[in-house]
Amino acid sequence: MIGLHFRKKLQAASGVITLTVEQEIAPHQLIAITGPSGSGKTTLLRLLAGLSKPESGFLRFGEEVWLDTERKVFVPPQKRSIGMVFQEYALFPHLRVGANLRFALQKDGDTKIIQELIDIMELGQLVDRFPRQLSGGQQQRVALARALVRQPKLLLLDEPLSALDTDLRQRLQDYMLRVHHQYGLTTLLVTHDFSEISKMAEVVWRLEEGMITYAGPPANLERPRNWAETTLVGTVVRCQSLPGGVLLTVHLPSGQLIQIPYLGTVPPGPGEKVPVAIGGPGRVDLGIWG
Amino acid sequence: MDYFPDAFWQTLGLTVRLAATTTLILLIVGIPLGWYLASARHRLKPVFEALVSMPLVLPPTVLGFYLLLAFSAESPFGSWLDSTFNIQLVFTFSGLVVGSIIYSLPFMVQPIQSGFESLPAHLAEASYTLGKSRWTTLTRILLPNIRASVLSGLVLSFAHTIGEFGVVLMIGGNIPGKTRVASIAIYDEVEGLNYALAGQYASVLVIFSFCILLVIYSVNARKPGLL
Repeated sequence: MIGLHFRKKLQAASGVITLTVEQEIAPHQLIAITGPSGSGKTTLLRLLAGLSKPESGFLRFGEEVWLDTERKVFVPPQKRSIGMVFQEYALFPHLRVGANLRFALQKDGDTKIIQELIDIMELGQLVDRFPRQLSGGQQQRVALARALVRQPKLLLLDEPLSALDTDLRQRLQDYMLRVHHQYGLTTLLVTHDFSEISKMAEVVWRLEEGMITYAGPPANLERPRNWAETTLVGTVVRCQSLPGGVLLTVHLPSGQLIQIPYLGTVPPGPGEKVPVAIGGPGRVDLGIWG
Repeated sequence: MDYFPDAFWQTLGLTVRLAATTTLILLIVGIPLGWYLASARHRLKPVFEALVSMPLVLPPTVLGFYLLLAFSAESPFGSWLDSTFNIQLVFTFSGLVVGSIIYSLPFMVQPIQSGFESLPAHLAEASYTLGKSRWTTLTRILLPNIRASVLSGLVLSFAHTIGEFGVVLMIGGNIPGKTRVASIAIYDEVEGLNYALAGQYASVLVIFSFCILLVIYSVNARKPGLL
């Protein structure tokens, strides 16, 4: 069981907000954290990892106390059983894939885990490449494998799939589910994608302005107006300025052509990739939810 | 006439020895200092940055003047050094090293600091979450990714120490084989109307400076960093 209680002031677009979170997490759960940009999702993961310190708070992982500001207890990230995958992958650019994985090995670590992860994540062809020679999806698989070399109990994933297109995203979701079950992890996943939440999470927390406004099963999560059921990356074919606003014609990966109103200020030109949020039945929106 | 007198080689040897010693010590000092300045969020950080960069704007004679006062046997610091460690820094090679370290400090620290600042924060953070100490993170992740900056710092500090004049003259004087470096020797030979020898020193320094800059720019052109 993980018990956490954090208070931390954050600088958000709307001004200073106070992240106030008090929750318990059952072992081996997969929790999705969602909510608008600047609501404190990444900070929450960083607090769990020990990369940030709260003004006041408490964090217990099983029997271990990782943080207790009253008793001045702070366990640094190195001593916490965590694995973290960053949004920007954070692979070490000067090391090949194999060396990136071996770097993560602990002093008394078993090298067998590296081969095992290479097999699970299907990285065999990539071990001799440098990160800059990999696609986004490949980098993300390496980052996930590297985070698991240490055999952590708690896996923290900060929007790991946000830069990838839908097909790749679904495959990586399968990888993440596989390792989550195989290694008996407790996983926290920050995501904006509703289909990802329904597919992966047992529990979802919605964070708004630093407060958890929903914690429960994904099925009961109310979808706000601009909520995306799923997102696709389409290519703009035409951009028309009409009296009522801008109308985009977008070519979706499925081959379908759709017309959607553009709600932002600077319309994309033909050939540009745009995220398209597929909402409820028949409702299509451009994704501008951060 | 002996075209390259022994004193010529002695002076050049001393110049290179001073630059090499200074650069080595600056490397050891510059990496932690650059890292600290790159990562510090301290209120006093601008004060440290200003102090490190002072030698860039101060006339070297001003720096040399204060160092001379501090090092002299009459000053509390100078007499303490002398009585406790039996170290004299005025008109000695050790004094030149100390002066050169202060004088060339910004040339080592600034490239290293901006190298660290150019690295994304998540590289170090990823290393910490993989259980690695700050030392391992520094030596195995951060430094290899700022190799070009460290090389710039090394070469610039070395070259800058070779070219220093004012500080050396103030605290070192002009003692052959002890404190007479090439730039001082040029001045001295010109004063003695010995233009031929002054020209030899000067041409060596010109060729040397050009080669050093050529090395830096070629290395940077071939390896534009890994990021």
